[in-house]
Amino acid sequence: MIEFHNVSKTFAGQRAVNQLNLQMKTGAFSVLIGTSGSGKSTTLKMINRLVEHDEGTITFAGEEIRSLPVLELRRRMGYAIQSIGLFPHWTVAQNIATVLQLQKWSRSKCDARVDELMALLGLEPGLRDRFPHQLSGGQQQRVGVARALAADPEVLLMHEPFGALDPVTRSALQQEMVRIHRLLGRTIVLVTHDIDEALQLADHLVLMDGGNVVQQGTPLEMLTAPQNNFVREFFGRSELGVRLLSLRQVSDYLRDEPVSHGEPLQAQMSLREALSAFVAQRCEVLPVQDANGQPCGSLHFRDLLRGEAGRENIA
Amino acid sequence: MKILRDPLLWLLALFIALLMWLPHSAPLFSALFPQLPRPVYLQESFVALTLAHFSLVALSSVIAVAIGMGVGIAVTRPGGGEFRPLAETIAAVGQTFPPVAVLAIAGPVMGFGKAPAIIALVLYGVLPILQGTLAGIAAVPASVQSVAQGMGMSGWQRLRKVELPLAAPLIVAGVRTSVIINIGTATIASTVGASTLGTPIIIGLSGFNTAYIVQGAVLVALAAIIVDRGFERLALRLNRHRRAR
Repeated sequence: MIEFHNVSKTFAGQRAVNQLNLQMKTGAFSVLIGTSGSGKSTTLKMINRLVEHDEGTITFAGEEIRSLPVLELRRRMGYAIQSIGLFPHWTVAQNIATVLQLQKWSRSKCDARVDELMALLGLEPGLRDRFPHQLSGGQQQRVGVARALAADPEVLLMHEPFGALDPVTRSALQQEMVRIHRLLGRTIVLVTHDIDEALQLADHLVLMDGGNVVQQGTPLEMLTAPQNNFVREFFGRSELGVRLLSLRQVSDYLRDEPVSHGEPLQAQMSLREALSAFVAQRCEVLPVQDANGQPCGSLHFRDLLRGEAGRENIA
Repeated sequence: MKILRDPLLWLLALFIALLMWLPHSAPLFSALFPQLPRPVYLQESFVALTLAHFSLVALSSVIAVAIGMGVGIAVTRPGGGEFRPLAETIAAVGQTFPPVAVLAIAGPVMGFGKAPAIIALVLYGVLPILQGTLAGIAAVPASVQSVAQGMGMSGWQRLRKVELPLAAPLIVAGVRTSVIINIGTATIASTVGASTLGTPIIIGLSGFNTAYIVQGAVLVALAAIIVDRGFERLALRLNRHRRAR
C-alpha cells in the first residue's frame, strides 16, 4: 500500500531520515517505534506530505505521492494525532463529519455515517451535539479516531494517538483499535514510543533509530530474534518474558478439563494478564470463560512455560 | 417579559427618548444655564446629527475592518510573514497621529467635509483591528491547524472554516475597541465641516455655550455605551461553544 524507496529527509543539515526502505502492506497494522529523534514522526508525516521528502520515492497504492494532488492524497488518508486537535467550535457530529463536508456529502448521508462511526467507537448518541471541551480525554480521542475514519480512508495514519491518555483509558482504546482493525481491515500506520502498545497492536513492527530502520518484522520476531544489542536493550532484556507472554492469548493454551475453584480468566486475555492472575490468586490452575461468560476449560500455570519453550525451539 | 429585562433595550429607549425630548428641553436648560440666550441647539435636528454621526462611524469602521483584517490575514499566510513587522509598525504609527493633526493636514488638501474625517478615523481605527486579527489567528491551537492540514483542507478552507471562526472573539474585541474610539473621535470631524454629534460640542466650545456641549456629549456617550453593549452581545454569541455546559 505504501512503499518507501531510499527516502531521505534533512532538517537544517541534520539527517532526520536516512535512505529509508519500508513496505506497509495493505490491511496490515504497521507500528513505527523508536526513541525521540529516531525519525519515526518524520517518516509518518512524509506519507501525507505534511513533511516533504528530499530524496527517494514514496508510493501510495502504486502511485508516487507527488503525482497526486496533495489535498486528494490527504483526504484518502485518515489522520489522528496525540493532542487530538478536535475543532473546538464544532460539535462532535460536525467534527466527525469534517472530511465528509470537504467531500460534499449530502446532509442525510453525513448524519447516517456519523451515527455509524459513533456506534463503532462506542460513543453514546447523546454526545452528538456536545462540544469537545465537554468530553473526557478518552471520549475526545474516540471522536478523533472516528473523524479520521469518517470517509473510509484507504490508510489510517496515527501519531502517538493514545499518548496523552491515562493508562486505563489508553488500554481500552488500544483494544478498541485492535477490534476496529480486525473489523474494517484497514491499513494502519501508527507511531508510538510505548513498547507495550507497539507489541499489542502491531502486525508489522518497525524499530527506528537515528533515521535508520534497525529491525523490522512481527513482534514475536523482534523479541525472539533480535538482530543486535540495541534491539535487545530496547525491548527490555529483563521484561522479555512478560512481553512474550503478552503476545499470546489464553484461548491458545486452553485445556478441556473443567476446574471449579478460583476467579475465572477470560479466553481473550493475554497470557501476561493470566500470569498476573496466577500470582495474585496463588494457584496453578484457573478456570477460563469465553466472551459470553460460559466456562470453556482451564489454563495451567505450567503451560505458560512450555508454550514459550516450544516456540523458541521453532525459532 | 424577558425582553423587558434587557438593559440594551432600555438604553436604546432612553437614547431615542432623549433625541425626541431635547428639542423641547429649553425650560430645563434655561434653568440650568440662565445666562445663555439660546440654551438648546436647534440649528440641525439631533436625529439628523445622530444619523450623520453613525454613517460616518459605520463607513470608516467598515474600511478599517477591511484593511485591518485584510492585512492581518495576509501577513499570517505563508509568504506574507515577512511583511508582518512592517504592517504592525505602519498601523501603530497611524494610531500615534493625533486625529486633529490628520484633520488639519487632510482638510486643506482634500477640501472640507466627510472625506478628511473618514481618512482620520480609518487611520485611527486600523490598529486595534489588526492586533485583534493577529492575536486571534495566533491563538488557534497548532494541533488544530496541523489536523486541518492533514485532513486535506485547502489554505482557503482552513482560513474560512477553522482560523477565522476560532479567531473571531479576538477580532471582534479589536473591532469593538476601534468602533468605540471612532464614535468619540468622530465628534472632532465637525471641525472640518462634517456634521456629527460633535457639531453642538464644537459650536458650544467656540461660543462658550456649555448647554450645547452637554447636549452633544450626553448623546455621544450614550451612543458609545449602546454600541459597546451591542458588541458585548455579539462576543457572547461567538463564545457560545466555550460556554456550553
